[in-house]
Amino acid sequence: MILVVDLSYRPGSLSLDEFVAPVERIVQKEGHPTRIRHYTNLSRQDIASADGAILCGTAMKDFGYLEGMEKFAWLLSFPCPVLGICAGMQVLVRAYGGDVHRKTGIGMAEQQVVAPDPLLAGREGFPAYELHCLSVVPPPSFMILATSVSGAQIIRQKDRPVYGVMFHPEVRNEWLIRRFLSLCRPRKGQSDELM
Amino acid sequence: MKLGVLFSGGKDSAFACHKAMEKEEVACLISVLPSNPDSYLFHTPNISLTTLQAEAAGLPLVAVGSEGVEEAEVADLSRAISRGVEEHGIEGVVTGAIHSVYQATRIQRVCHSLDLWCFNPLWQRDEEEYLDEVVSSGFRFLISGISAAPFGEAWLGKEVDPGTLDTLKAMARRHRMNPAGEGGEYETFVLDAPFFRKRIDVLRASGEYHEHHGTYRIEDARLVAK
Repeated sequence: MILVVDLSYRPGSLSLDEFVAPVERIVQKEGHPTRIRHYTNLSRQDIASADGAILCGTAMKDFGYLEGMEKFAWLLSFPCPVLGICAGMQVLVRAYGGDVHRKTGIGMAEQQVVAPDPLLAGREGFPAYELHCLSVVPPPSFMILATSVSGAQIIRQKDRPVYGVMFHPEVRNEWLIRRFLSLCRPRKGQSDELM
Repeated sequence: MKLGVLFSGGKDSAFACHKAMEKEEVACLISVLPSNPDSYLFHTPNISLTTLQAEAAGLPLVAVGSEGVEEAEVADLSRAISRGVEEHGIEGVVTGAIHSVYQATRIQRVCHSLDLWCFNPLWQRDEEEYLDEVVSSGFRFLISGISAAPFGEAWLGKEVDPGTLDTLKAMARRHRMNPAGEGGEYETFVLDAPFFRKRIDVLRASGEYHEHHGTYRIEDARLVAK
């Protein structure tokens, strides 16, 4: 099961259709069961039964998630792949000791791959849809994989498949989410029934 | 949160309004009325009838004129949204964008510059599933403009019911056309919606058609009880 985490301003908000549902549809199309949870309503069972987690983006004026960082402590011990999209990337960076700063990107922008990674194999550059007014300063445990004029666009924890993507791969770059899903394997001895 | 819906009178903006009303307060509809029928950003056939649709919905309408010149349209949009803020205290806008990055980018930039929220509740929807949901939710709409090779004159003014929708979807698959018409392949006019208190009855209309391009112009219409 892939845990799809909604970071928007309240559970069941108008942003759910825009930032969470498109990601969920891609995951389901790849044959993975999904569970959508708002970041304020995550249970230990949700986390323990997930084979991977995707933290979704939010509306540009929505930063409430950064004021509730204690809700993301589970990320530090989560043993499976993580993909943080836009707001999700900011959360990953903050959780691991990096920072965010004001830098806006709206619309299609060219992405330059600057370091090799299985997620980006065969790609040197590609256009992607950006929608952010914060950019990140990654913590030392992360490396930058791709950049655009508005800063680091893809980062990865150096020794684990924990990725942050500032642009929105659910728009015109679904391949990136599909490649991320190929890294998610069923956890041994874990199932919803056993929890 | 008080929101204004960018409203063209077509199915997408009306359905986005319906979705927004399920979660937030819609304080007004906002229409930009382009004088150029080939506007890049805005829907044009029967746009002046948004006044009647707003009355049907019981919502105030903010209407602003535009010459419909490509990048100047963005300034017109900004002016219209600013009026929504001043007159109705809106904190954000709602659009009916589905896959149009062109449209979404421009509206997001305007909202960012005005420090407003921007919501796109139809974003990245599968068009066929979306159309099914629009029709099954109780929306009634007709084809008010066509601008693509598969469409013949008989489509002008045709109401999109489940049978018509099946034909439309099959035609879109065969001609590799966007079934929702977001690229301007066709335009629609909403006659009734779940949030309309009254429905629209078309009394008189005329069609103009030439080589797969045409407009169904509603010349007289009235509100009737549902």
